[in-house]
Parts: sequence; structure tokens; C-alpha cells
Amino acid sequence: MTPQNTKEVCEIIGQALADGEKLEIVGGGTRAQIGAPREIPTLCLAGLSGILEYDPAELVLTARAGTPLAEIEAAVAERGQGLAFEPYGAAGSTIGGVLAAGVAGARRVSAGGARDHLLGFEAVSGRGEIFRAGAKVVKNVTGYDLPKLLCGSWGRLAALTEVTLKVLPRAPERVTLCWRGLADEPAFALMRAALRAPCDVAAAAHLPGEATMLRLDGVGPSIAARRDYLGAALAAYGPPEALDDAAPLWARVQGGAGLTTEAPLWRLSLPPRAALGAIAPLLAAGGAYLADWAGGLIWLALEGREALIREAADAAGGHATLMRAPAEIRARIPALHPQALGVEALSRRVRRGFDPMGIFETNRFLDEADAD
Amino acid sequence: MPLPDQRVLARRDEIIKALRQIVPGEGVIDAPHELRPYESDGLTAYRQPPMVVVLPETVEQVAAVLRYCKGQNIKVVPRGSGTSLSGGALPLADAVLLGMGRFKKILEIDYEDRLAVVQPGVTNLAITKAVEGEGFYYAPDPSSQIACSIGGNVAENSGGVHCLKYGLTTNNVLGVQLVTMEGEILRFGGKALEAPGLDLLGIIVGSEGLLGVVTEVTVRILPKPETAKALLIGFPSVESAGQCVADTIAAGIIPAGMEMMDKPAIHAAEAFVQVGYPLDVEALLIVELDGPEAECSHLIQEVEAIARANQAGMIRISRDEAERLAFWAGRKAAFPAVGRISPDYYCMDGTIPRAKLPVVLQRMNALSEQYGLGVANVFHAGDGNLHPLILYDANKPGELERAEEFGADILRLCVEVGGVLTGEHGVGVEKRDLMPAMFSEDDLRQQQRLKCAFDPELLLNPGKVFPSLHRCAELGRMHVHRGALPFPELPRF
Repeated sequence: MTPQNTKEVCEIIGQALADGEKLEIVGGGTRAQIGAPREIPTLCLAGLSGILEYDPAELVLTARAGTPLAEIEAAVAERGQGLAFEPYGAAGSTIGGVLAAGVAGARRVSAGGARDHLLGFEAVSGRGEIFRAGAKVVKNVTGYDLPKLLCGSWGRLAALTEVTLKVLPRAPERVTLCWRGLADEPAFALMRAALRAPCDVAAAAHLPGEATMLRLDGVGPSIAARRDYLGAALAAYGPPEALDDAAPLWARVQGGAGLTTEAPLWRLSLPPRAALGAIAPLLAAGGAYLADWAGGLIWLALEGREALIREAADAAGGHATLMRAPAEIRARIPALHPQALGVEALSRRVRRGFDPMGIFETNRFLDEADAD
Repeated sequence: MPLPDQRVLARRDEIIKALRQIVPGEGVIDAPHELRPYESDGLTAYRQPPMVVVLPETVEQVAAVLRYCKGQNIKVVPRGSGTSLSGGALPLADAVLLGMGRFKKILEIDYEDRLAVVQPGVTNLAITKAVEGEGFYYAPDPSSQIACSIGGNVAENSGGVHCLKYGLTTNNVLGVQLVTMEGEILRFGGKALEAPGLDLLGIIVGSEGLLGVVTEVTVRILPKPETAKALLIGFPSVESAGQCVADTIAAGIIPAGMEMMDKPAIHAAEAFVQVGYPLDVEALLIVELDGPEAECSHLIQEVEAIARANQAGMIRISRDEAERLAFWAGRKAAFPAVGRISPDYYCMDGTIPRAKLPVVLQRMNALSEQYGLGVANVFHAGDGNLHPLILYDANKPGELERAEEFGADILRLCVEVGGVLTGEHGVGVEKRDLMPAMFSEDDLRQQQRLKCAFDPELLLNPGKVFPSLHRCAELGRMHVHRGALPFPELPRF
């Protein structure tokens, strides 16, 4: 079903409630392969499209939730601005989908994630009620910060119908400093040292055996000064190349795109210092990886070993999400990392507060034993 | 506020005895004269001594106190340093005041991963002091940072003058340990940038003590910028100052701080600290740039050009650290300075779309005449967060009430022009009854259902944030519109 406005979203949810049916909320449907295979009627929000308000000087943009991410990026780029959390997605990816999946790119390490840039929203709950939270200004602490909760909620709380984002000026220049052929240990140490320096490093990534990259964003004189500072502070690693167009390299890190598609793909969020130790047994088992967020994000391609992967992430104080795998594996391995029992029970109560009948519980994440 | 529960008050001695068994020694305070210091927070117009104060030292004690109170149906009000400007820590006559002031340890500093793990009673400034030797700092800087605790900052999602560039507390907290009203000790987030599952950390920060008691906080620390420089700019009108702010941001510059003061605030501050603020201007702007020397110098020139294009009169650029701090001295002393020219003042905290500043100030002046009370404005101009200071004299009958009504009108005005009731001080008890100006009944009910997931008996900090206390059972029911279920013609099973 593809409603064209909020009222129709209410009607569809009301109908599902009355029929005792479940609904899967989708945007562009570009991330449908995450989670267990399922056949559930969809509530597609792509029909709710279009930018409603955008005032660059206020740093705020309001759009319908089904607006394509590409449309929003083009509109803000035209005014010299951007989404600082650098969301990404396949063609057709919507802003609501990006937020519901909590997608953030390389700059998350310095600029924050999706959660840090959603200021307010309108949504329809599993009760079929329209509600709003947050606001259309950049600084607000009125009421609970529901925008944070909706980010990364995977459509399990409410159907987003309208979102207000914080937008920021796009840096006029950017340069990537690149070290070639560093081993893993020194590469990770370099990235951590770079983020400890007062150089406002925008992003730091490592393609094993190939390139270790730092991105500097800003105005020309500032980039030059920071480049000099980092060159001196990181002299032990040798002189870097300065790449004006490193986009193809960064694109390979994003979403783990540079890894083989033959093996299941995992996304590990880890404390950077613990990351290499945590993945060592996974690499020994045949895994391949890419590191982003100065080592805090590991994209891992590895066949099998699901329990080992989750244990390794747990032990390091992080978590592992299964991002891509054959249906048979997704049917038995939950995409989301299991949580402590108390937190899981609380999360379930929170979900029931938005969706008392569990109509958005599609068993996509294999954790809804108690859903209605 | 909810009416005191006489059955609880009748059992006061027994409750105190039980609490002493959980927190021995001087951790339970019940003598009336010793309760006095706890009777209010930074919003001193409201006062109420608590039934008893408990000052636990360990997370196990916090859990045991909460478990006991839950079992006995006793309300609990958490308190950090008591600097809330919205009455977030205002006690209740029949409630335990749970003070977290003894949780003062910095548990871990990890410069490699750029974070610090601290107990909630550590002050905001103490975190920066602990890490500045290594060239780091903790970014959010509420003006009470010398006294306010990080636990309180988490509860209120505190801001500060640097949050346009560096974010509020919520953007700088990685994880918390939280004790629920049931006495369950839970962890949310940690040392990684992201946590699995629902972002409950995101709603715990800024929940004003209604969801749980924070017993440990993991914060991000940042490398201190190489240098900081400030411009002090005078304008012939508030409009031209506001346009300068808008043009600066439109030029792609996000300053570390961008503060505006109106004429009454400038005069009060200059009379107090004599830092050379111009007295012949209508608005004063302080713009701070931080980063490498080369960046600051470059951006200073750009901001200077933008200011000149907007009819700036006086422009001074800090030549050294002492001068930069002098520029700030007047702004940072603005509240006490206003306190000198008026027996009392009432600080408001709305946010507006910046473009609406001229119209808001105009209408505020009209309200000022209507209520017969003066007002001075300081303004976090970059993010539109307005702090009108209403001048009044509490000793004159009716003035406090008039000041409160004036303040409520200002906040309604903020909402009317597309803004919000509070940018950084919190709703607390102060703005509770104004919540319907910003949120519909359905909006508020949805927020309260979150509360129900954490604290279904509504024992934790009741009477704050929400104008009416719905029982959770009532909120859990499916909403029935005007007596009719949606789609009544459809069969139900």
C-alpha cells in the first residue's frame, strides 16, 4: 500500500488494526534484505515525497519522510550545505528509511550519526494516531527526545511521515591524506593518533594492505595548517600522499562495498582501541575487513562463525549487525545483536507503548516471542 | 504538584529507619534545619523541603533505595548539584530526595579512544580539568559548569555557549549506567560510537529525572583547538546584528560561539564588570572562532567583512587570550549583572527561528510595557536560543506572579513563531503547564507512554514535565475517538 498523505497512513494502520493484520513500514525498500525473510503487507511511504521547508540560514530542512535521499542532498548542495552525517543508500533510498535504519557514513566519527541530526518529526503510531515530537529549530530540550529513539528503530515504533533535519554548511574544500601499505597495527594507531590531534579530522579509514586515509574538510588555509601539523605528528608513519579525489577509495569503505559479496557481511561497532584485537580471531577464521570511524566501525566478510563474531564483539564492548547473507542464514541468525535481558525487556515495553498490538512486529529481527 | 500522600507521611519515621539500614551513617538527612538547603534548586521561586534526603555512595545503595521506595509506593526526586533553572530537582513533601553528590569519582580516562567514564556527581568543569593536561576538554559548557554535575547535565541535556558547533550533552555522551525505579541496574551505550537496538540512551539524556537514576556516565572528550579568537561587534539595531548572524552562517561559517546582547543587557554587564562594551549600540555580538591559527585568522576576516556589510559600528578583534576572555567576561556575568540592577530576575529559555528575532523582540517590548516589568536579553544567536531576563522585585506584592505571566507569554510567543519552550534549561515544574502550547494531547500521551515503560507507578520525579498525570493503565488503552473505535463497521476479534 502506498499512501499519499498522513491521513491515508492513519487509515491504512487503522484498517490493519481492525483486521488484526501486520504491516511492514518501508521507504525505498533498499534495505529489505536486512533481517529474516518475511512476507508481510507493506506500508510504503515513498508516496509521501517532497521538501516542505528549507531555510539555509536556519540550518533546518523539513521534508516528507518518503522524499528520496538524493533529492534532499541535491537541494542542500545547491545552497552549499549538506547532511553532516553523510547518509548513503542505493537508488530510491528515502530520507525516512535512512533515519529508521540509522545510516551514517565516514563523517560519523566527527559529526555524529543520524540520531544527532533529526530534530523533529511527525509520525503515525501503531495506534493509528498522528503525533509529533522534537521541533523545527536546532536547539530544543522540550519533552523526551523522541527523534533519537526513532532513529535506528527500523520501523518498529511508528511510520514517519515528516522529518526535520539539521543541515550544515558543506566544507568548501576537502583533502585526503593517504598512507600506502601500512600494516594493521600501525594503521589503527595512526588513525587514533590523528583523532587525538587538534586537527578536526573529519574521517579516518583503513583498507587493509592498501591505504590508510584521513580526510580534512574546511577552508584552504585551515586545511594547509592541519596537514602540516599531522604530517609532523605522524612523521613516524612516513609522508602521506595528498589526494584531491579520493572518492573512489572512500566509496569502497562505505557500507563495506569493497568486500567480497560471496560471504555474509557484518557491521561491527567497537571501541576503536579494542577493534583489532576483537577481530583477530575472525580474520584467522578467514574473514576480510574494512575499517572506518578511526577503527570504531568494522565491515567484515566472513562465512559462518556467527557465534564467534557476536562473542568477539561482545567481549570488546561492541556489537555486530548482520547486514547481508543468504535467506537461509537470515532466517536463523538475528540481524540485530542480542541485548542484555533487562534492556531487551525494557525495549519491548517501549515498543508496546508505540504499537500496543504489535502490528509493526514482523519478526524481521527474530526477537518477538511475545508479540501479539 | 501531586497532593502529598498522607499515608506515606504518617510512616515517615519508619521510612527513615529503613533508609538508614540501606545507607548508614550520615547518608540519611531528616532534621528539619538540615533539609532546608535542599528545599529548592536554581529556580528559587519554588520551595518545598523534602520528606527526607538520602545521599547514597554506591550503585547498590541507589538500587536498594529505589527498590525499597517502589515496594513501599514512595515517590523519589533525584538531584545532582541542584542548579536546575526549571525546578527539575524541586522536592516533594512526601518524597525521598535522592542526592547523587557523593558520586564524585572519575573512574577512567581513555585518551586513545577519547572518552572519560565518570560518576554522576563529578562537576562538568572537573571533567575538563582532569583531561586538560593532555590537551583535551569536555565540550558542553553550561554557564553553571563550575557547580553543575554531569549527572544533572545528562538529566537536563544541558547546553552552553558552544553547542552550535559542538552539540548539547546528548551529542557528547556515549553511554550511561542507569538504575530503574525497580532497582534494576542497566547499561545503555558504552565506549563504541553506536549501541545495538533502540536508542534508549537518546531518550534517557534529557529525561529530567523521570526515567531512572544515572549512576555512571561515559562522555566523549575532544582535543582542545589550537587557538580561539573572538570579535566584539556593535550594531545600530537588533535587526542588523541578526542579519550579520544569518549572513555568517549562510557564508558557511559555524562559529564556536555566537552570542548577542541587547541594550539593557549590555549596560548592566558593563556597569558590573567594566570590560569596555560600547554603550551607544543597540546590540552587541560576540563571535568566537576556534581551530588552527590560520583558520581563525582567515575566518575572522570573513566575519569582519560580513559585519561591516551589516552596518557594524565598533569591531574589536581579540589580540590575545586575555582580551578574548575580557570580551566574554561581560556576557558570562550578564545574569549576576542583571541581578545587580534589579532585586530579582527571572530567566527564560525559549528557542526561535533566528529570522523571527526582530519581531519577537518587538513584541517582547510591548509585553514589557503591558506588564510594567523590564527585560534584558542575552541570546545564543547562532542557534536561536533566547534568554530574556525579566526584572522584578519579589518583595512587591504581585510582581513575582506578573513576572511569571510575562515569562509564560514570552514562551507562548516563541512557540507561535515556530520555536520551542526550552532550548537548554528543561521543562521541569516551571514550563510544565505550557507543554500544551507546543504539543497536542496525543503528542503528550505518546511521550508519557515512554515514562510508563520505565516507571509504570509514576514514582520517579512526579509533577515535572507533564501537565497532567495520566495513569499508565489509562494510557495503555487503545485510544477511542469521540466514543467510537476507528472503522466501527469492521469486525473485531
